Amino acid sequence: MEMRRKILKAALGGASMMGSGLISRTAQAGLPQGALDSTVLETLPGKQPLLKRAYRPPNYESPVSYFDAPITPNERFFVRWHLMDVPEIDAEQWRLTVGGEGSSQSLSLTLDQLKRDFEPAEIVAVCQCAGNRRGLSDPHVPGVQWGPGAMGNARWKGARLKDVLARAGLKPEVIEIAFDGADRPPLEATPDFIKSIPTWKALDENTLIAYEMNGAALPHLNGFPARIVVPGWTATYWMKKVTRIETLNQPLKSFWMNTAYRIPKGKFTMVDRFLSQESETTTPITEMVVNSLITSIADGQRFARGAPIVVRGLAWDGGYGIRRVEISIDEGKTWLAATPGANLGRYSFLPWKFTYKPQKHGRMSIMARASNSLGSSQPDQLIFNGPGYHNNVIQKIAVEIV
Amino acid sequence: MSISSSRAFMLMLAPLSLGYAAPAHAGEAGIQLKAAPQSVQVRARCSICHSADYIQMNSVFMNKATWEAEVRKMIKVMGAPIPETEVAEIVDYLVKNYGVE
Repeated sequence: MEMRRKILKAALGGASMMGSGLISRTAQAGLPQGALDSTVLETLPGKQPLLKRAYRPPNYESPVSYFDAPITPNERFFVRWHLMDVPEIDAEQWRLTVGGEGSSQSLSLTLDQLKRDFEPAEIVAVCQCAGNRRGLSDPHVPGVQWGPGAMGNARWKGARLKDVLARAGLKPEVIEIAFDGADRPPLEATPDFIKSIPTWKALDENTLIAYEMNGAALPHLNGFPARIVVPGWTATYWMKKVTRIETLNQPLKSFWMNTAYRIPKGKFTMVDRFLSQESETTTPITEMVVNSLITSIADGQRFARGAPIVVRGLAWDGGYGIRRVEISIDEGKTWLAATPGANLGRYSFLPWKFTYKPQKHGRMSIMARASNSLGSSQPDQLIFNGPGYHNNVIQKIAVEIV
Repeated sequence: MSISSSRAFMLMLAPLSLGYAAPAHAGEAGIQLKAAPQSVQVRARCSICHSADYIQMNSVFMNKATWEAEVRKMIKVMGAPIPETEVAEIVDYLVKNYGVE
């Protein structure tokens, strides 16, 4: 496959520093000091300013203020890469190959064929890094020190993966479907970023090979020209710049499956299990846990006594459906229902709102807690795990009434 | 199904005195690691695959065992070409400047 490649220098060369003065405190509270000190707001090509966690590979998160609407615009969407070589793709030259031991024929699809030969499907779905909020882990754990903004919600359009797999003649013995992207490691010895999902999830009608994001082509840094969309599951499986889909009769063996992106068994409520990749003690992270984010209020913000405080935010889970969002203004003793906003589907952010008129001067805290249709809710205490995944501890924002 | 091809960066590894791989982003050149005799060496080795802000953001909370585990992971898992003879010095720098004793 011919592919025009540029190293990151070209891709990111136009970025400009904006200084750290604009960084909101909400996105920063609780991060390690070294992460606080090394954060800058930067404007990558085609993007609005994002919070830089690392230059290379590029890892940038959205400031909390960008989540003021349930759909995250493409130019505000977070950026996360594992490997430093992220080539710009020429859509004309790009090919998606599909094949492997579990299929009766191999395909090589152009972008036009992907758009034209398969019925397009659309879905609104949250794309959240498995390590979102890792930087807020207590105690801190190594890794990219994400605040709460390594996530976004978009309307994805693409071909259903199941339709493409059917065209390749999927055999019944296939147990996993693997994805490789155009990103490449810097050294021969570095494991390429390849991920797999169980066949049953690949055949879910909501799993897409997306070529549109919010009605436009995917931005380069979000996976142009096509990425895998696995609604309900963490973004580690949402392969960007996908170039190869492989049907496997054996579990994929690689660092990125067998060592990384795994959680201790039994610690989290999960329905979707990835049995072919489970070990005695750990299991691959799959679906997102129920979570929420307060978006309209920053830590330390001051409000006037007697004037209404409007608390806005988002809630989401692995696609089971948010049933309830509650707010506490008394340190979690009592909880009051927030009002849900527009429902864009079970895999989407659900916006919510709560208004409160403080009557007393002084410090107080505002907490939000979401629950889903499975009866799962956010925990009072962090469910600690070494890799820092699934951080959905109830958020608490301190404000002052003056 | 793995991609394999030679990397231009391999050529840049050889003599340490040449420094780290060219910054991919203008901001990366501005990263200042804490000054110490080993800081040039640490930057040269770590920057083959990633910008040095990975070190900065992962501070200050890692002890010697954790930093050493990170360095060994980079060598064993990620294939970083760091000679065994340099490991102790690199870990020592990371613990003293970006870690807890």
